[in-house]
Amino acid sequence: MKTVYVDNNATTQVAPEVIEAMLPYFSEYYGNPSSMHFFGGQVQKKVNEAREKVADFLGAEPSEIVFTSCGTESDNAAIFGTLDSYPEKRHLITSRVEHPAVMNVSSFLSRKGYRTSEIAVDREGRLDLDELREAITDQTAIVSIMYANNETGVIFPVETIGEIVKSNGIPFHTDAVQAAGKIPLNLKKSTIDLLSISGHKLHAPKGIGVLYIRKGTKFSPFMIGGHQEKGRRGGTENVPYIIGLGKACELAKKHLEDENTRVKALRDYLESKILEKIPNTLVNGDRSNRLPNTVSVSFEYVEGESILLLLSDLGICASSGSACTSGSLEPSHVLRAMGVPFTAAHGSIRFSLSIYNTKEEMDYIIEHLPPIIQRLRDISPFWKDYLKSQGKG
Amino acid sequence: MWDYTEKVKDHFLNPRNVGEVENPDGLGEVGSLACGDALRLSFKLDEQKRIKEVKFKTFGCASAIASSSALTEMIKGMTLEEAERVTNQDIADYLGGLPEEKMHCSVMGREALESAIANYRGQKVVKEDFEIICKCFGVTDREIIKAIRENDLKTVEQVTYYTKAGGGCAQCHPKIESIIEQVRKEMEKEGLTPKPEKKKLTNIQKIKLIEETLGREIVPALKADGGDIDLIDVDGNKVYVALRGKCSFCPSSEFTLKQYVESKLKEFVSDDLVVEEVKP
Repeated sequence: MKTVYVDNNATTQVAPEVIEAMLPYFSEYYGNPSSMHFFGGQVQKKVNEAREKVADFLGAEPSEIVFTSCGTESDNAAIFGTLDSYPEKRHLITSRVEHPAVMNVSSFLSRKGYRTSEIAVDREGRLDLDELREAITDQTAIVSIMYANNETGVIFPVETIGEIVKSNGIPFHTDAVQAAGKIPLNLKKSTIDLLSISGHKLHAPKGIGVLYIRKGTKFSPFMIGGHQEKGRRGGTENVPYIIGLGKACELAKKHLEDENTRVKALRDYLESKILEKIPNTLVNGDRSNRLPNTVSVSFEYVEGESILLLLSDLGICASSGSACTSGSLEPSHVLRAMGVPFTAAHGSIRFSLSIYNTKEEMDYIIEHLPPIIQRLRDISPFWKDYLKSQGKG
Repeated sequence: MWDYTEKVKDHFLNPRNVGEVENPDGLGEVGSLACGDALRLSFKLDEQKRIKEVKFKTFGCASAIASSSALTEMIKGMTLEEAERVTNQDIADYLGGLPEEKMHCSVMGREALESAIANYRGQKVVKEDFEIICKCFGVTDREIIKAIRENDLKTVEQVTYYTKAGGGCAQCHPKIESIIEQVRKEMEKEGLTPKPEKKKLTNIQKIKLIEETLGREIVPALKADGGDIDLIDVDGNKVYVALRGKCSFCPSSEFTLKQYVESKLKEFVSDDLVVEEVKP
């Protein structure tokens, strides 16, 4: 059975070039970059080169790049590291559609006595900027709002958000895990103070992330230990993965155009064919402000896990915001925050593409998806009721 | 990814008895679009009042579809009295087990069956008579108590897995906790908290084995004395029987029951069974 992998917002294939770049650092070059001898020193040099590549990709200075273990650590470090720098301020602002790495930190802090505000989104997943303006107080220690949403691909106007936040003298963090590698980022001309990325979402392996910290931003280390990363993150550098991430960022910069032309065209093709061939289907999220690789569609009157398993049976790997897939009982907090009706929220499927996807793969999905939905609708008690209500039953 | 058994996968990929029975004798509906799963079950009886035809339509995940399909296969040919004794655990067992988080799918099957039988009998399962504990999923105290008793549940998390109650905003967790405490106290008093069994039988297996044992070991001996015995019900480890014929007024019937019937059932079925006589 062939595998059609369209779940790249979950994780991506490690690029062969990345693996190749990493391998020597498992075997020959195993030195510790902090060591005084030449054997560690040569590794240190390569780590610095990787740091430069990441900085170049983000439009940042190498000194502003801190390597972490993952996107979640970066998010935690940004929030806790800032709160610790402003101990007198007891309020933070996030949005209602954040990744759990921010959302659950916010609820943790709420239990610890912090005041937390979560900015609402509209039916299209767009942020309510007026609500943000009103939420800011002189007690606000940090605003953390994602760059682009993992489930719908909706891109937030981070620079506008940053202007609002910065004009109040508050540090601004953004989780750019889904944006990096899919849309151009340039932190040189930006209002962002702190930004998180994750290696495995851009063809590096799992277990490596970055926290960008703008020069001059107050920050206390979250991971306390040695002097590594200029005292901002303790722990011996994960050398092979740092090398891999450097390579992945170099490739991502090169592939950005392909991502925004060919991949986008593939996504648009897939989306339009699904809408054309399957009735009672809707796209979740603002289609005009969206990552080029992501489409979230809801099929009314059927349930997401069933769709995923039938797709999986044909080798197609996607994901769903339905309740049953996560083990929770409610559909994703993102779709609920957007007010997607229950008829559709349980039947949402996300396809997220990468540069490795092809037109043939899209055609394979388009061929097999409509009968799957029809089959589940034939089993669903609500589909017939719906047809009857439309005078078609 | 869920660790579904081959049987769950088979019933999901090749569901049996999909559809709606025309002019059904009984029709049951549970769940809703908002809750994320729903089941519509309809059946028709034959002249012997056995389930001749049964069909389902389900909106839900793979295990919800598989549980519905399994249920229809299980109850086909049963009388309603037999079908009533099918528990959610029987459905899960038939499928070779379900992930614990998905047990509510089997409970949904049992509830739909209950509602369809009530519909046939012209009764109505009125939710209003009971207190709604979980507002997110509309789960009543009755459903929670039933799930705790039938599945020997001990934690709020388990109650959520089996009934969905508490799976939303979590505000009802303290209430669920106190229900668990109360029900388990009652169960302890009734001697229902289980001692480890030799091998765990499903209720259907247990009932079948009891019937077989009665027929093979006990009825012939009683008949020789002009008596007989009928199995009335099985509830947990309690076996309710009625003595017939000469046995029904025999002064040593108490002795017969305890020493003879109970010991045989303990020997052949399960050593925690207690036999009780139902007086006519």
